[in-house]
Amino acid sequence: MEKMPRWADVVLIPLISLILAAAISAVVILAIGEDPVAAVRLMVDGALGSTYGWGYTLYYATNFMFTGLAVAVAFHARLFNIGGEGQAMLGGLGVALVALYVPWPHWSFALIFAVAGAALFGAVWAAVPAYLQARRGSHIVITTIMFNFIAAAVLNYVLVNLLRPAGSMDPASARFPEAVHLPTLHEMLAPFGIAFSKAAPANVSLLVALLACLLVWLLIWRTRLGYEIRAYGHSETGALYAGISPFKITMIAMIISGALAGMMAINNVMGEAERLVLNATEGAGFIGIAVALMGRSHPFGVFLAAILFGFLYQGGAELALWTSIPRELIVVIQALVILFTGALDNMVRMPLEALFLRLRKRRA
Amino acid sequence: MSASSGPERHTSAAPAIELRGISKSFGPVQANKDISIRVMPGTIHGIIGENGAGKSTLMSILYGFYKADKGEIFIAGRKTEIPDSQAAIAAGIGMVFQHFKLVENFTVLENIVLGAEEGWLLRPSLAKARRSLLDLASEYGLNVDPDAVIEDLGVGMQQRVEILKALYRQADILILDEPTGVLTPSEADQLFRILDRLRAEGKTIVLITHKLREIMDITDTVSVMRRGEMTATVRTSETSPAELAELMVGRKVLLRVDKTPARPGATVLEIRGLHVSDEKGVERVKGIDLTVRAGEIVGIAGVAGNGQSELLELLGGMRGGKGAVLLNGAPLDLAGPHADGRGRRNRGIAHVPEDRQREGLIMDFHAWENVAFGYHHDPAYRSGVLMNNAALRADTDAKIEKFDIRPANGWQTARNFSGGNQQKIVVAREIERNPDLLLIGQPTRGVDIGAIEFIHKQIMALRDQGKAILLVSVELEEILSLSDRVAVMFDGHIMGERLPGETDEKELGLLMAGVSGQSDPLAAVN
Repeated sequence: MEKMPRWADVVLIPLISLILAAAISAVVILAIGEDPVAAVRLMVDGALGSTYGWGYTLYYATNFMFTGLAVAVAFHARLFNIGGEGQAMLGGLGVALVALYVPWPHWSFALIFAVAGAALFGAVWAAVPAYLQARRGSHIVITTIMFNFIAAAVLNYVLVNLLRPAGSMDPASARFPEAVHLPTLHEMLAPFGIAFSKAAPANVSLLVALLACLLVWLLIWRTRLGYEIRAYGHSETGALYAGISPFKITMIAMIISGALAGMMAINNVMGEAERLVLNATEGAGFIGIAVALMGRSHPFGVFLAAILFGFLYQGGAELALWTSIPRELIVVIQALVILFTGALDNMVRMPLEALFLRLRKRRA
Repeated sequence: MSASSGPERHTSAAPAIELRGISKSFGPVQANKDISIRVMPGTIHGIIGENGAGKSTLMSILYGFYKADKGEIFIAGRKTEIPDSQAAIAAGIGMVFQHFKLVENFTVLENIVLGAEEGWLLRPSLAKARRSLLDLASEYGLNVDPDAVIEDLGVGMQQRVEILKALYRQADILILDEPTGVLTPSEADQLFRILDRLRAEGKTIVLITHKLREIMDITDTVSVMRRGEMTATVRTSETSPAELAELMVGRKVLLRVDKTPARPGATVLEIRGLHVSDEKGVERVKGIDLTVRAGEIVGIAGVAGNGQSELLELLGGMRGGKGAVLLNGAPLDLAGPHADGRGRRNRGIAHVPEDRQREGLIMDFHAWENVAFGYHHDPAYRSGVLMNNAALRADTDAKIEKFDIRPANGWQTARNFSGGNQQKIVVAREIERNPDLLLIGQPTRGVDIGAIEFIHKQIMALRDQGKAILLVSVELEEILSLSDRVAVMFDGHIMGERLPGETDEKELGLLMAGVSGQSDPLAAVN
C-alpha cells in the first residue's frame, strides 16, 4: 500500500519545503535588519512583474532546464554527474566553433548545428569520466568534478591563445556573425502583437529546452533504453541478471547527460552573449544538481524547478541591486531552498506520512 | 534425540519471559497484534510462522530493536523496559541472528569480548574472557578454539561463537532466529544437542523457525503466528506437523508434492569440465560435469556457498567461465558479447534467480514493468521505438490472473508485494516464456507455505510439458520432494548423484559436508 497519495508526494512535500525555506530566509532577512515582506515583493516584482523580469527569469530557467535534465538523466542510472559545469563550458566551445567558422545562411541551420556541436563537445567531456568509471572504477563524482577544472583551464587556453581576435585584450572569442543571431522572445512574439521586453535575453533556446524536457521524458519512461537506464540505476545486479550491460548503460547515460549539459551553451553563448567568454556558465551546471534534486529527476519536475530557480536568480539580482541586502544573502536563500527541497526531504516527508496514515485509519 | 520431555517446572517459577498485549505497526502494516506469550524457564519455546507473520518483529521488540506501540514485557516476573539492545543484554537476553554479527578477521576471543571490554586495556578483558570461555566450554560442551580467526571457521562453528557471545554476557534467555538456515543436517543436529544441554542447565531458549521438523524435534511448547497474530500456543507433544501447518496458513496444506514419475527425453543441457570463478578470482566451480534432460528436474543440493550460485549465474549469463556447456547440442558462449542474460534468453533459457529482490525484480518498478524485466526487447512489448506499455500491462493482468498474484494490481511496485507474490511474479514471467531450460534458484526462499505449494505445482507442470529444469536449493526437503535426480555440490565439485527415492537426508547431508560414499581425496578437505 502506498503511504500517501501521489499528489501529496509530488505537490505537497515540495510546497511545504519551499514554505519552510522561505520562512527561514525571512528570519535571516529580519536578522540583518531588513524587511522580509518588502524583499519578497521586490523579488516577485523584479522577476515576474514585467516582461523584462520574465525575460531574465526564463533565460536563467532555460539554462537550468538543460543542466537539470543532464543531472536527472545520469541520476536515473544512479550516476551523479557533478560535471555539468565543465560539460556546459565545453559545449560553449562547440557552439563557438560552429558559429564562427561556418558561413550560415539562416539562424535556424546554425541553431541545429550549434545544438549538435554543443551536444558533441559536452558528450565527449562526459564520456571520459564515464569510461573511467565503467572500466577503471574511478568514482564518477570525483572525476566529473576534476573535469570541471580541466574544462575551465582548456577554455582559458583556447580563448587566450586560439580564439581571441588579434589585438583584443579580452579573453573572449570574436563576436558571432549577425546571421547566427537567435531570435529573442521580443522578436518571436512581436508578429503576434505581444510586446515583450527588448532587453531581456530569453530566446528561442527556451523552446529547445522545452523540447528537450519532452524528449527526455519519452526516453526515460517510454523507450527500452530508458527502461534499461532506470533498471540499472535501481539495481546493478538486477541489470546483470536481465542482460543489461553496465558498461553500455554507464556510457550512454553519461553521454546523453553530457550532451544535455553542453546544449545549455546555445542559450548563454549563442542566444545571449553571442560570443564565447570566460566563465560563461556562471555556475548553472551546479544549479542543475539542485534543480534535478528538487524536480525528483522527472522532466516535468525539472521544468518547474528550473523556473523556480530562474525566479530566485533574477529576483535575487534585483534584490541586490535595489536594497542593501548583500548579494551573499541571495546565495543563502538559494542554499536554503536546495537544503529543504533536496537534502531535508525526509524531514517533511515523515511527519506528513504519519499524518496521512492517521487520517486513513480514522476513515477506516 | 530426547526432545519433547522438557523439565516440568511450569507451576513453581515465574515465567522467564512474559509478553502481554504486544502490538506494533509499521505504517499501515500491523506486524504484531495484541500478542501475549509465557515462556517458562528451562524450556525451549518454538515460534513458527510464515515469512512476514511477525516473528522477527516480536523478537526484535524483545531485544530492544523496536519499541512496541502497546504492551508490557516481564522478564523473570519483573516488568522490564527494553529500549535498546544494551537493556536486553542487561536483562539477560541474548540473540543469535540469522546473519552472524561477527568481525571476520578477529579471533574468537576478540569477537566475544567485543562490546564487553572492561577498562582501558584490552589484555585483562581477553584474559578474563579466555578463562570464562573454558568454563563455558566445559559446562555446555561448546568447544571452540579461542584463538581461531572467524573467517577460518565453518558456519556451524561461527554460530557457536555467537551463542558463546551471548552466554559470556550472562544471558539466561537465548533467542535464535532461523538458526539452521545455513547449516548442514549434521551441523543442525549438533546445534540441537547444544540447545538440549543449555536447556538442561536451566537456560530458556526461544527458537524462531519456519521448519516444522525442528519444532517437532526440540521444542517443549510452540506458538504459531499468522499475519501478526498469535493463533495458538500448544505443547509440542500434543500437536502434529499437519496441525501446525494448518494453523500457520489458516487452511489445510499439502506438505508433499504430488509427483508423477518423470519421463526424461533428449539431453537439453550438457556441462563438461566447467570452471567458474567469482569476482575476486577465486575458483568456485572446479570442473563439473552435469546433464539435464528434457522432462526432468535435476536438483543441486549443498550448503550455501559451495559453488551452486556461481553455476546458476554462469548458466544465466551473469558471469563467465571456462569449459563446455551445450544447450540442445549447440555450445553456449561462456565469454564475449553474447554471454549475457539477453543471449541466454534468446537461446531459450529462463532463469528464476536465487535472490529475487536484488536480481529477479526491480523493487521500485511497478509489477507490469517487472513482467518485462529481461524480456524488454521482446517485439510483443514494442511499438516502433517506444515500449508498448499497454500490451505489457495487458500481459501482466493475464499473468496476475493465471498465477493468482495478490493484490491483483499491476500498478503496485514490486516492493509492496509479499515475498510469495514477488516470487510468483518472477516465476510467472519465466515459466510463461515456455523455455527449453528453466534455471531456478531457491524457488521458495522467504515464501509462505501457500505460495510454496503453488510454485512447486508450476515447476512440476513445466516438467511434465517436457522441459528441462535445473533446481538449486539449500532446502534439502525441497530438493528431495521436487527432483528426479539429485546432485550434491561441495567445494565446487559434484560429490555424487543420487535418485531421491534411493537416498535420504542423512546420506545427502554427508555428501554436502564433503564426505563421499567412496573413499575420496576430497573428504580430507575441511
